[in-house]
Amino acid sequence: MVEIKVPVVRNILEVNERLAQENRKIFDEKKILVLNLMSSPGAGKTSVLERTAEALQGRYTIAVIEGDIQSSLDAERLQRKGVQAVQINTDGACHLDSNMVRIALESLQLDFVDLLVIENVGNLVCPAEFNLGEHHKVTILSVAEGDDKPAKYPLMFQISSVLLVNKIDLLPYLDCDLDVIHQRAKELNPLQHIFDISCRTGEGLEAWTAWLEAQIQEKKNLP
Amino acid sequence: MAIAQSVLDIVLDECRRHHMETVDRIHLQVGALAAVVPEALTFCFQVVAQGTPAERAVLDIETVPVVVRCPLCGDLYEMEDRLDMCPRCGPVVSGLSLISGREMTVMSIEGRSKNEGA
Repeated sequence: MVEIKVPVVRNILEVNERLAQENRKIFDEKKILVLNLMSSPGAGKTSVLERTAEALQGRYTIAVIEGDIQSSLDAERLQRKGVQAVQINTDGACHLDSNMVRIALESLQLDFVDLLVIENVGNLVCPAEFNLGEHHKVTILSVAEGDDKPAKYPLMFQISSVLLVNKIDLLPYLDCDLDVIHQRAKELNPLQHIFDISCRTGEGLEAWTAWLEAQIQEKKNLP
Repeated sequence: MAIAQSVLDIVLDECRRHHMETVDRIHLQVGALAAVVPEALTFCFQVVAQGTPAERAVLDIETVPVVVRCPLCGDLYEMEDRLDMCPRCGPVVSGLSLISGREMTVMSIEGRSKNEGA
């Protein structure tokens, strides 16, 4: 027996990164815009999806990959809206990785899909670490969670191209300062698009879906 | 768990490449911002490594501090708390660039091999 020490220096997430690039290639070949939707539990990921699906209905085809620790409640909710949805149960894992997305892709008919939304597991920490091959990361923060969240979970806000501030209809009842959220988020990522919305009243959703439509069109028009 | 599995994949790959029979020690560098709890990673690793040449390996996890570059003076400084200020310029609200603190790297593995030529 010989004792040996081998220098390795390999990134632990390299496998995830490689699979993410492969997923990205599939998305680009099929000209599908792909979003990675992240938030804490209850911020309104599924409601945003339902509202978005309604707004784009008849014009664009949407598919959804639902990541949840357990249950298929969300996938069923979306299937009722006529959206092609597949559920990934992570069995305890707090985030999706690119391999799980790859497996889920096999159960979707992607040929006529314009927009694929990957609904990540609800938490503001781990999902930020894993690239899935998406084009945009979208964070939803509900005002009920408090205006200190961008300061407390900076990475999530730093890496997202879009921030949806949801449940603004509740602002009169809360000590949450919308300006503080905007200011903090812009400090962390000056290029971030921020939309204040309420899935309950529909306020602000038009601006969000208009942005999204422009992105879908841009993807479809690529050579 | 996904991280533990990725560590194991890398270790077993290197193990084959260098004809190692058993892995005794794995040296990892993990950034303080990488959302990895060393105890949890060690536990998960023990679970996934069962029945492999790395099942008795000790995980040596080194935490890499968060180092940022101040956009005003260009100096590097260590940040223990997100609210730490640049020692020269004071509070800096935006434009900080992260130099280290998010890495997750397998640095080296130690183990035993049968043949001299490994």
